[in-house]
Amino acid sequence: MKTLFDKIWDAHVVTTVEDGPTQLYIDRHLCHEVTSPQAFAGLRSRGLKVFRPERTTLTADHNIPTMGQDKPIRDQVSRFQVDTLAKNAADFGLIYYGLNNPKNGIVHVIGPENGYTQPGMTIVCGDSHTSTHGAFGAIAFGIGTSEVEMVLASQCILQTRPKTMRINFEGKLKENVSAKDMALYMISQLTTGGATGYFVEYAGKAVRNLTMEQRMTLCNLSIEMGARGGLVAPDETTFNYIKGREFAPKGEQWEKALAYWQTLKTDEGAVFDKEVTFDVSRIKPMITYGTNPGMGMPIDGTIPQLDEIDEAGKISFEKSLKYMGFEPGEKLEGKPIDYVFLGSCTNGRIEDFRLFTEYVKGKKKADNVTAWLVPGSWKVRKQIEVEGLDKILEEAGFELRQPGCSACLAMNDDKIPAGKYAVSTSNRNFEGRQGPGARTILAGPLVAAAAAVNGKITEP
Amino acid sequence: MEKFQTITSTYVPLPIENVDTDQIIPARFLKATTREGFGDNLFADWRYDKEGNPKPDFVLNNPVYSGQVLVAGKNFGSGSSREHAAWAIGGYGFKVVVSSFFADIFRNNALNNGILPVVVSEAFLSELFASSNKNPKATVTVNLQEQTIVNNETGNKESFEINAYKKTCLLEGLDDIDFLLSNKNKIEAFEKQREYSY
Ligand code: SF4
Repeated sequence: MKTLFDKIWDAHVVTTVEDGPTQLYIDRHLCHEVTSPQAFAGLRSRGLKVFRPERTTLTADHNIPTMGQDKPIRDQVSRFQVDTLAKNAADFGLIYYGLNNPKNGIVHVIGPENGYTQPGMTIVCGDSHTSTHGAFGAIAFGIGTSEVEMVLASQCILQTRPKTMRINFEGKLKENVSAKDMALYMISQLTTGGATGYFVEYAGKAVRNLTMEQRMTLCNLSIEMGARGGLVAPDETTFNYIKGREFAPKGEQWEKALAYWQTLKTDEGAVFDKEVTFDVSRIKPMITYGTNPGMGMPIDGTIPQLDEIDEAGKISFEKSLKYMGFEPGEKLEGKPIDYVFLGSCTNGRIEDFRLFTEYVKGKKKADNVTAWLVPGSWKVRKQIEVEGLDKILEEAGFELRQPGCSACLAMNDDKIPAGKYAVSTSNRNFEGRQGPGARTILAGPLVAAAAAVNGKITEP
Repeated sequence: MEKFQTITSTYVPLPIENVDTDQIIPARFLKATTREGFGDNLFADWRYDKEGNPKPDFVLNNPVYSGQVLVAGKNFGSGSSREHAAWAIGGYGFKVVVSSFFADIFRNNALNNGILPVVVSEAFLSELFASSNKNPKATVTVNLQEQTIVNNETGNKESFEINAYKKTCLLEGLDDIDFLLSNKNKIEAFEKQREYSY
């Protein structure tokens, strides 16, 4: 009896090093400009080619502007990094979706939307949120640059087999609660290191009821509790999403793939190293108050008191609240905010824009709020326009930007100024993540919309 | 990669939990296309003020603390997969990071760059912080061959885990790519016999 994870892992073992890691075959490799240049330089210095070029796809996303992408990138160092990616693609014969390419976008958004991401695959990328692709029933995880070089050179990677954990979500979600809230709730319960060493399978009725995009949001955040990755067994929802996408199997291949994909589930009676169950009907819209994603609470909750924190964690807790400008025991509902960021590989897909737009429709953006609405890809942006959401947003006082990682990691100009509060749909509220001194409050798209319209933290 | 030798060194204490890779090296320093130079920006936002002047209250700016070993609070290296974090730590001159818990990707990245992550018990860790508090010139000895770490102030010793393969790589200065490339036949054989291939 095997878990879904075991089935996929076992199907990719090339060999196992005695007393050491497993050599795992990688089906799909995604690459971006920030974590790859040193890997390509490594290949050059060893005189190597890319072993299986058709399995690697490149996109520029982390370090690009979200306005004026048709013009050369102003920041010289950033431009050089993006140019280096283009040159590496050309030199090594790899597919590359550069700026203004209709398939350009955030690496974890374009993988699924173009049909690259499929059940049963092993997928890696030099970015920790590669866990997103697990939503399709794939083993997908982030790697470092040395490992990027390994995959380019050999289509393999050396990995120690992680332990397995199953997280069951039972019950029915409240109206104004999304997958992001489920994830923030889960991380607040398990802490940022709570799943370190594990690969998580998300199961239960509430997960089955999620759309593919919501499953992506949930799997995306697996890394924020330390998990190597998270996956969901593929089902009709998955197959319907994939069918017809550009790189999805077609015709006879599709039938063959489908037959295989339908075997991809955890056998009844298979044992996990750890199992946790949550009742989603108790989850409220969530926000974070601190500087790691585990420091989350219901939107109407209060920040813990100092004496609720264990001894070793006190220094970090106080440091974190000081950085955020919050007090222990404080309530954040009603607190004025300065910025709203809708975007990232966590919440930058069309459903996120629909949710946000639906809320702000007929209302007006608050004057004290600067809002950055950044679609996850050009395809998402196109779809926004097709559905006329851009018009509704414009009427409400919002402006749509061009795709990229943007303020999720603030490598480009989209930096939240020091001391300012940003309600962000991204994934990390680390000190300085959205710019030096920036104060991030993580939330789902609905809470972000409510904050943008009301100028303060309010329950949507 | 350099061969890893037994180290006896003073250490830099950083008793903060959940130090994430965005703190180790903030994103705005990730624009480089080489591996060099990251050490100068290690912990940049804790280390320098807005004008780029050293903040005197941060431990790396305190001249009494130095050494090849960084001792940090629980759950070190969480967050982003950026290997730049390991390059920054190595570039600064650390060869060992000691903590009671490491995030997975960081641990791999460190090992791939010849930096040894040493997991110790919470008790051993707090003793290390206490020792350096009393005596900033306190030292530790890290012996990879024996897989032990000694707090030379108290004489207490702990063993740590590392898988045999990685241990050999570090001791002999080998890297994974050499290993993988020597396995090309196996990779090709795997591709042929796969039941389902994408
Ligand atoms: S949006 Fe943020 S988390 Fe996602 S790939 Fe970009 S930088 Fe990483």
